[in-house]
Amino acid sequence: MAAGGAGKVSVLLPTYEERHNLPLVVWLLVRTFQDSGIDFEIIIIDDGSPDGTQEVAEQLEKIYGSDKILLRPREKKLGLGTAYIHGMKYASGDFIVIMDADLSHHPKFIPEFIRKQKEGNFDIVSGTRYKGNGGVHGWDLKRKLISRGANFITQVLLRPGASDLTGSFRLYRKDVLQKLMEKCVSKGYVFQMEMIVRARQLGYTIGEVPISFVDRVYGESKLGGNEIVSFLKGLLTLFATT
Amino acid sequence: MTKLAQWLCGLALLGSAWAALALSPPGLRLPAPCRQALLPLPVYLLVAFGCYALATVGYRLATFNDCEEAAAELREHISAAREDLRRRGLRF
Repeated sequence: MAAGGAGKVSVLLPTYEERHNLPLVVWLLVRTFQDSGIDFEIIIIDDGSPDGTQEVAEQLEKIYGSDKILLRPREKKLGLGTAYIHGMKYASGDFIVIMDADLSHHPKFIPEFIRKQKEGNFDIVSGTRYKGNGGVHGWDLKRKLISRGANFITQVLLRPGASDLTGSFRLYRKDVLQKLMEKCVSKGYVFQMEMIVRARQLGYTIGEVPISFVDRVYGESKLGGNEIVSFLKGLLTLFATT
Repeated sequence: MTKLAQWLCGLALLGSAWAALALSPPGLRLPAPCRQALLPLPVYLLVAFGCYALATVGYRLATFNDCEEAAAELREHISAAREDLRRRGLRF
């Protein structure tokens, strides 16, 4: 089934120590795009991982071709926000998909994002774990409670008009992402939250697609006290400044 | 106006309306039964909001999808990907 003139999609994959997950995620992406007939490119932004992520990425570039797999590494770990800015410079797509490279986001949802985008001509389509068939796998009760609680507080305080603020599986119009990147200053979870809040301020429209989030199959996923504190700080900062 | 300012405005508005009605000087007082209902109103509202918050979070926690099928499907896809990538000569 061809998506007929859907516009090219650039996927930004920031990686750090993902040598096991990266080939799998790229394989899934390529298969998804080929099956749905969507033009695409995958931009891998590796922050100098010591585990050989870059070496694996080079092998992928050889397998799939340097027009599909673009390697744009950086010297050292510089953070997510700047990775997007860096990757975006090389993106030639009309739409940009940002997602995690650790397999928690399945590429199968991207055609749904694109369908949703067309349906409402949205500026942003955000994956949501909190609506419809969306959900998470591999979280214990405590993690779920923190997630639901944090989401509730955020909804009450910020009324953002989107149900998943901290998720990072989204599709943006390229120019919209560019504008947002200029405005957003936060880090970590709060960065994703700020993107949506600023998008609302600037009058951009947001569509939502339920996604299943399968927590890291390989490697550790952590939610420490530090992260909760920085989340709350970020939330209050957004509350007081936006 | 920031979200904080919106909240402060809302609270100030409701708070002053409540104070004017509940704490008015003797001459302008509402009938006693009304006042008796009004005085503890902020506490009632706070408790009601707390209950709403607990019920909402509890309900959403209980109905949070576990996505077992998605995890099983991903495992299948991963082994298919491994096999195909090996065939194409990728050294993991």
